[in-house]
Amino acid sequence: MGNGTELGRVRGLGSAREGAHHWWHQRLTAGSNLVLMVWFFVSLARLPGLEYGLVHDWMASAWVAIPMALLVASVFYHARLGLQVLIEDYLHDEKQFVFLVLLNAFVVLGAGIAIFSILKIAFGASA
Amino acid sequence: MATASPKSRPLSPHLGVWKWGTHMLVSILHRITGDGMALVGTVLVVWWLAALAGGPESYAAFMDVFTVKGGALNIIGYIVGVGLTLCFFQHMASGIRHLVLDTGAGYELKTNKMFATLTMVFSVLATLAFWAYQIWGK
Repeated sequence: MGNGTELGRVRGLGSAREGAHHWWHQRLTAGSNLVLMVWFFVSLARLPGLEYGLVHDWMASAWVAIPMALLVASVFYHARLGLQVLIEDYLHDEKQFVFLVLLNAFVVLGAGIAIFSILKIAFGASA
Repeated sequence: MATASPKSRPLSPHLGVWKWGTHMLVSILHRITGDGMALVGTVLVVWWLAALAGGPESYAAFMDVFTVKGGALNIIGYIVGVGLTLCFFQHMASGIRHLVLDTGAGYELKTNKMFATLTMVFSVLATLAFWAYQIWGK
């Protein structure tokens, strides 16, 4: 198809079959973020204090550790989708590629540390 | 991934002629608050969780950054705490607005402007209510 216009290069190829995926997952995680973050804010506000023992015991409960781990997964996925759009909008060429790879590393590392920390507290390993 | 565009494509002349509207402000606020939380909020939450999992010393080191000796928030604690809650409530409200707009509703000029304005009213009120409860409610 040569080096024609952008339209010319894609005409006849049909849909990429992945256009709605990002959009839909952003909405799905928006819904789960809404539920989990409201839970998080209400629970945090209702804690009598933020001292170590108090917060640690609170986090060790399955009623907190499970929604907290789900919150990390949902929020990090949603954050990744949002930052992806930011990078695609403002960075171009090689820079865009590099930052999209770095974004995945950032998200996997952050969510990995967060979920490990929650599980460590919940499974009661002494510090 | 977008390919490089030809350099000399014409732009529509109307792109330079516009003035700020509430809907534009809420749109860019949605991006700023969302990406702000994605970059700063996530790092702080991970630090908080890792510090909590690490034991009393690492948790104290985390809390020392944001609080004074008595346990009350210091200036950094207030800036980060109030900033993140305001970002959260604004992003939540305009996120709900986006979910409504996704259904095809709320595009009439007056309705659209009112809903956009309400997201900012909500975020300020919710932030004030949250911190009032934190400071005087207990």
